[in-house]
Amino acid sequence: MSEPVKPNPTSKYLRTERLPSIWCPGCGIGTTVNCFTRALDGSGFDLDKVAIVSGIGCTGRVAGYLNLDSFHTTHGRAIPFATGLQMANPDLKVVVYSGDGDLSAIGGNHLIHAARRNVDMLVVCVNNFTYGMTGGQVTPTTFQTAVASTTPYGAYEETFNLPRLVDSCGGVYVARWTSYHVKQLAKSMGEALNKKGFRFIEILSPCPTLYLRRNKLGEGLDEMKFYKEKSVIKNGASTTETDLDYRKEIVVGTFVNRERPTNVEAMEARMSEVLGAKYVPYESPGKKPAWA
Amino acid sequence: MSNANPSGTLTGSHYLDGDHACSEGAIAAGCRFASGYPITPSTEVVERLSARFPRVGGRFIQLEDELGASIALLGAVWGGAKACTVTSGPGFSLMMEHIGYAAITETPCVYINVQRAGPSTGLPTQPAQGDMMQARFGSHGDYRLIALCPNSPQECFDLTVEAFNLAEEFRVPVLVMLDEVVGHMTEKVVIPPAEQIKVSERRYTKKKPGEGFKLFEASNGSMVPEMVKAGDGYRIHVTGLTHDERGYPAMNVPTHEKMQLRLQDKIVENADRIVRWEEKDLADAEVVVVSFGITSRVAERAIKAAREQGVKVGSFRLITAWPFPEKQIAELSKKVKAFVVPELNLGQMALEVERVVAGRTKVVPVPHVGGTVHNPETILNKILESVR
Ligand SMILES: Cc1ncc(C[n+]2csc(CCOP(=O)(O)OP(=O)(O)O)c2C)c(N)n1
Ligand code: SF4
Repeated sequence: MSEPVKPNPTSKYLRTERLPSIWCPGCGIGTTVNCFTRALDGSGFDLDKVAIVSGIGCTGRVAGYLNLDSFHTTHGRAIPFATGLQMANPDLKVVVYSGDGDLSAIGGNHLIHAARRNVDMLVVCVNNFTYGMTGGQVTPTTFQTAVASTTPYGAYEETFNLPRLVDSCGGVYVARWTSYHVKQLAKSMGEALNKKGFRFIEILSPCPTLYLRRNKLGEGLDEMKFYKEKSVIKNGASTTETDLDYRKEIVVGTFVNRERPTNVEAMEARMSEVLGAKYVPYESPGKKPAWA
Repeated sequence: MSNANPSGTLTGSHYLDGDHACSEGAIAAGCRFASGYPITPSTEVVERLSARFPRVGGRFIQLEDELGASIALLGAVWGGAKACTVTSGPGFSLMMEHIGYAAITETPCVYINVQRAGPSTGLPTQPAQGDMMQARFGSHGDYRLIALCPNSPQECFDLTVEAFNLAEEFRVPVLVMLDEVVGHMTEKVVIPPAEQIKVSERRYTKKKPGEGFKLFEASNGSMVPEMVKAGDGYRIHVTGLTHDERGYPAMNVPTHEKMQLRLQDKIVENADRIVRWEEKDLADAEVVVVSFGITSRVAERAIKAAREQGVKVGSFRLITAWPFPEKQIAELSKKVKAFVVPELNLGQMALEVERVVAGRTKVVPVPHVGGTVHNPETILNKILESVR
């Protein structure tokens, strides 16, 4: 008789009845979810109070697989949805989890303003350098000369450095890892979950089906080896020095970890100052569970 | 139903413009979250909310654009707040994707649209009623919603309260469709004592987590499912994809059919409870003027003048544009010679009247390009023509 299979410690964080996932073999998204569940596991949070919001895309499907209150919203709009959710129910720990196109192209305006406002949320961006779900088109993070379905002769626009963008907008925690760095990523996610304000983690991650195949870069595993060989951990590095280049060195680490009042803290401070006793603070509906 | 919260309700007689009356209606209805992006002639609504909310325990956020504004309120609703956003014309166009998202996710919410002349940037700040078909069909796919058309600041207050109530009752987006004139005209608005304002609370399930609650299950003899909010332990999933009763994506035709039909039927089959209109002088009428918003007040003059000339003309004012009062108009169409339909567009609701009348009697549109209101004489002439 074979040994009984040990339950995977991440299972309790997943809607296992919805598995298998839609993700391709070798896709990095699942690995990042695994790290996220490990971060939750170590956090000691009441999971009933953790809400996950996604936009649209392969990464956008993460919300549906996590056994949390989860919202699969519209393309690019996870951040403003999460802003409303967080402001209306500040007892929630709000996490946005989405793709690079979702967050930085169609959702770019929301990304920069949520960082500027320091809205209290953790944003996890799985950057696979391409639009996965729609078939591998170019995104703001595609490297120059890489081939995408809408840049058949190779991309030629400037590549977005997302940590630098979020840093310059005022995000209080900014990190980059790859899906090879599972230990560091889980730890970083744990750290970010425990912080207040706008936190941003970029994860470089393989899309073997579209990006790797089209650029003749091998399988998911080959990309992992590439991440292993080419990554340099530089915690505290200035985000002006973390630009990425095609097939060159990848700077990873926690780049920014600062303190700044959140948008709600700033709002409350201002209102109290100006209105004094006339200020009636918002009462969270989250304090009274419906069944209590 | 419960009563309005006295702490926010501005009981008394006030001179308010329509936009400000909407803000007070929202507060009285229990709205404590609003998102917005500036656009004339709607901005006064959020300007007042941003001034009033910190004194009544509400939160306003001005987002970076209407795409954000139109989904932030949906997040707030799932967090447990009553919420609205406000816009006009171009902003309303940008909000369409999220009106569809609100419809498919059955998120109770209110969108206030103060209409101005379009298309595109059109004639900024000038009145029109050109978004009526967009209100009905603007988002892609099939869905139903509710749209209310106030014709005075008083009604801006009353119907905004009503909009929040209907949103909760049917778990749909409800649109309050002002036009610029109604938004900017100042009149007396009487706000009753809180205990006289009926407010529908969100229908949260009584089932506890683990007792098999399903977020999109028609239950207890109602087509409208009960709600929960994030953080209560139900571990809900909400998606804009076609979903089953648990809210899980299910990409197949039977699930799609079931979901789509319920989204439609919960409004169509409850139309009698939703549809509101005002009728005048219909008992002997041979001609009926069908109008809404500011146009109904211009039409009043024309109707009076026509009556003075011996024409038996009555008025049917749409208070709900959607669902359209089709039973009532169909019934009237059996009795009268003609419908005259003045509106500040080139004939949008006239199409709906024609559809319902189905050739039984004459329908005479009185189109107007917007920017100004009709000259009452134009309407009068059409009334006279219609009985000739
Ligand atoms: C308004 C809108 N525009 C376009 C789309 C089509 N669309 C679906 S997924 C997607 C791209 C997703 O790419 P990314 O965010 O990088 O996520 P990935 O699939 O790579 O994880 C697009 C453009 C959409 N759903 N909605
Ligand atoms: S298409 Fe790419 S990103 Fe999408 S699941 Fe497949 S490998 Fe992952």
